[in-house]
Amino acid sequence: MARTALAPHATPPDLIRNFCIIAHIDHGKSTLADRMLQKTGVVDPRAMRAQYLDRMDIERERGITIKSQAVRMPWAVEDAAGASTTYALNMIDTPGHVDFTYEVSRSLAACEGAVLLVDAAQGIEAQTLANLYLAMENDLTIIPVLNKIDLPAAQPEKYAEELAKLIGGEPDDCLRVSGKTGEGVEPLLDTIVAQIPAPTGDANAPARAMIFDSVYDTYRGVVTYVRVVDGNLNPREKIVMMSTRATHELLEIGVISPEPVPSNGLGVGEVGYLITGVKDVRQSRVGDTVTNASKPASKDLGGYRDPKPMVFSGLYPIDGSDYPDLREALDKLKLNDAALVYEPETSAALGFGFRVGFLGLLHLEIVRERLEREFGLDLISTQPNVVYDVTMDDGKAVHVTNPSEYPDGKIREVSEPIVRATILSPSEFVGAIMELCQQKRGSLRGMDYLSEDRVEMRYTLPLAEIVFDFFDQLKSRTRGYASLDYEPDGEQVADLVKVEILLQGETVDAFSAIVHKDKAYAYGVMMASKLKDLIPRQQFEVPIQAAIGSRIIARENIRAIRKDVLAKCYGGDISRKRKLLEKQKEGKKRMKMVGRVEVPQEAFVAALSSDGDKGKKGS
Amino acid sequence: MPPSALPDGDPAPVSGELPAAALASIAGTELGIYVHVPFCTVRCGYCDFNTYTLTELGGLGATIGVDTYADAALAEVDLARRVLGDEAPAVSTVFVGGGTPTMLRSGDLVRMLSGIRERFGLAPGAEVTTEANPDSVTPESLAQLSEGGFTRVSIGMQSAVPHVLATLERTHDPDNVARAVAATRAAGMQVSVDLIYGTPGESLDDWRRSLETAIALEPDHISAYALVVEQGTKLAAQVRRGLVAMPEDDDEADKYELADGLLADAGFGWYEVSNWARSEQTRCRHNIAYWAGTNWWGVGPGAHSHVGGVRWWNVKHPSAYAARLRSGESPAQARESLTDEQRHDERVLLGTRLVEGLPVDDLRTGGRGAVAGLIADGLIDGAAAVARGRVVLTRRGRLLADTVVHRLLAA
Repeated sequence: MARTALAPHATPPDLIRNFCIIAHIDHGKSTLADRMLQKTGVVDPRAMRAQYLDRMDIERERGITIKSQAVRMPWAVEDAAGASTTYALNMIDTPGHVDFTYEVSRSLAACEGAVLLVDAAQGIEAQTLANLYLAMENDLTIIPVLNKIDLPAAQPEKYAEELAKLIGGEPDDCLRVSGKTGEGVEPLLDTIVAQIPAPTGDANAPARAMIFDSVYDTYRGVVTYVRVVDGNLNPREKIVMMSTRATHELLEIGVISPEPVPSNGLGVGEVGYLITGVKDVRQSRVGDTVTNASKPASKDLGGYRDPKPMVFSGLYPIDGSDYPDLREALDKLKLNDAALVYEPETSAALGFGFRVGFLGLLHLEIVRERLEREFGLDLISTQPNVVYDVTMDDGKAVHVTNPSEYPDGKIREVSEPIVRATILSPSEFVGAIMELCQQKRGSLRGMDYLSEDRVEMRYTLPLAEIVFDFFDQLKSRTRGYASLDYEPDGEQVADLVKVEILLQGETVDAFSAIVHKDKAYAYGVMMASKLKDLIPRQQFEVPIQAAIGSRIIARENIRAIRKDVLAKCYGGDISRKRKLLEKQKEGKKRMKMVGRVEVPQEAFVAALSSDGDKGKKGS
Repeated sequence: MPPSALPDGDPAPVSGELPAAALASIAGTELGIYVHVPFCTVRCGYCDFNTYTLTELGGLGATIGVDTYADAALAEVDLARRVLGDEAPAVSTVFVGGGTPTMLRSGDLVRMLSGIRERFGLAPGAEVTTEANPDSVTPESLAQLSEGGFTRVSIGMQSAVPHVLATLERTHDPDNVARAVAATRAAGMQVSVDLIYGTPGESLDDWRRSLETAIALEPDHISAYALVVEQGTKLAAQVRRGLVAMPEDDDEADKYELADGLLADAGFGWYEVSNWARSEQTRCRHNIAYWAGTNWWGVGPGAHSHVGGVRWWNVKHPSAYAARLRSGESPAQARESLTDEQRHDERVLLGTRLVEGLPVDDLRTGGRGAVAGLIADGLIDGAAAVARGRVVLTRRGRLLADTVVHRLLAA
């Protein structure tokens, strides 16, 4: 039951439980978290809003959590003798997507236990499985929980067996809850207290606290979330970030419950936030260790890693005059996103923009959507690509983040990044998945049946294939049932070529792509036919060619336009026609010239969109 | 023939009065009057003109109809006379269009013309045209029009091919076209026929047959328009639902070239993109006024007017139109005063449609710079540009007039 909270900084570690919830999107993590906030009395039922912990609009709309947060909740448990003890539970929310594996690993490192939450109607998904493995590697105590038991389609027996097989133990150990109705939530809180180990640490040692999240707030600057391992942190003292040796003053320290509450400090095993007045999350990096400046620790907690962009895309304002606004928007986003990297880039076709590096596709989508929504920018993004390492015949090495930088001349070899992918699917789709992975240059590493009709397949795949359209294809071939997770797994040498698209003999840099030799023809044909439909007819015939070097691999023709005159233009038509002309003049300003060919912005947007929609020419 | 969709504009004053700057041009410029007759027996599927069937207007109980229309129109002619004032010149051209003007009794058409003559006077040799449906004219009605001062009849033929007429939902009897042409000529008036090409399902041979039939009628003038699928028409809905195919630009280009060739061989010279005449004397002077940018007053619901750089247009519905006039107000719905740049755009847009072309000197520097390239591309006539300093479109250029205009409008 809920109790008066224990005061931070004065809570013995054995009364603290730190846990996270591992779940797939839509499996009800946020709803369960909301229910816990209510049951523990942290949130007044009247103040409750759905999915309390997800802050950004985009998160709430997509039902996913991008950034984690930590909430401290009091929970009292009676022992056999009837004596009641109040504990402090810290629930650390974890990001739920493949692009944020590193952030997930840091959130897990801040916990002693994890609630494995699975939809009782759907079973475990690949990303959950990947995070579960990560939690098991971190020696976390796992509490298996089936959610949504109120659903008519729920099959708790089946999925309890699946979970028992995955983590060991009996199907009966699996708790059953409904985040929606609240059923089973109190027993779950009791189980967390009973099963998850209390944190341990040296209270007298120099402080060591791990940063597991760092968020920029317009009013307060960067808010850093930490888990204290040893020692303690106190208000107004000076602290040191061990990776950079930078010193900051602690302006405020406290816990979230569920709004920030300043405290007298944080002690061993506690989870809370720090505010130092820094303005950029890069000065307070996830994975870094915080220590006291007056009595610094000699050794950090380990596990810190610089975020490494895996996917690059060019972002260009549709209206060239928005370029300074795009720069400013990226500068602002960067304050809150340590993984975002970018540098100015110029495209002959698209003008001035930026080459932006992302952790993955979702990261790309989120950044793009925020730029458009929060900053009101209209953007074109080029086809995302991975990073290639090219070695020339003369031994020179070239690092390629943009296909247009792909070197001419004699190439000895090209390396591309690969990933270890895990796919979970009903077993009926095994054949379809194998065929897809084969096409996408995958190699099977192993395969296991989780239950009679569910299978886990493990593949090595080139990241470039995943970035292209793997996920969409996987979903369509398995009617949406398969789930995918992947993590970087180094590089491989591959037979890659650069395909260029030429309009009337002029290369259009925005459409160049690095693809496997066997896929070059298909890519060339696809782009040429797409562009044929998207580019309006000109006064002259426009050949569209796809080429590897000087070799043409595909060709289409846009026939010359023969008629555009308005046949009838009498008194009443004149104003209408003039207005149309004025509109067309505006439209011409949005045309990009490729040689003599006028290409509307919309054609670039449509040709670069990966959904495969063929645009229609204006009539 | 005003289109049914009206542009946005500035409010028009209730009195209908014009800015002094617009009126300054009145005395020295020819004046035309267009009278719109917004009635049809049936609405054709392709038509987006502002026209109504009698049923749509409410049948016999309607506040306006074919019997009362002439009086409403004459009330606007009164307004025109007041607004344009004593400086207004005698009217050079009158054009009665629709709709189907011949839904009105010939007596009413003549009465409207007489009303214009009484208020403004008609200039010597004035051109007075009415459009006519071949089914709704008779030798008697045509004779009456001729006696009343009409000099020219434009007959809506559209096609000589039954399946094409059916797709267009034209109900007239093709044989009546020849009778109407003969009767018009017998009444001593010039005759023009209108054709439409590019109708879904029309083959090149169908079109050839229509052209040859029209030429065999020996009219003084032929207009040929590419079919445009206008939004809001039944035809547009049929195209959207996939019931008929959208007209194709390439097909229309073939048909335009065929028309221009056959008409030229038969002695018709083009004088505007979609108009051909047997001689300079049989060109439609009223329509030329639209392209030359002179002044005209459009009488009737939805009619457009232009005086000295001000364009305005009337309310569309005949009842609303009549009600405005009954209460002594201008029927104008909105108007626009053209800026210098807009006037330049219009001069280039409209001037290039004519065989006389546009003086190269009227272009801005950028436009003059584009001329050489347009000659090289075969879109404008090099000899006319060099010898006469005028931009005249070639046949290919006429089809690509939009492209040409954009290039000539370079600053």
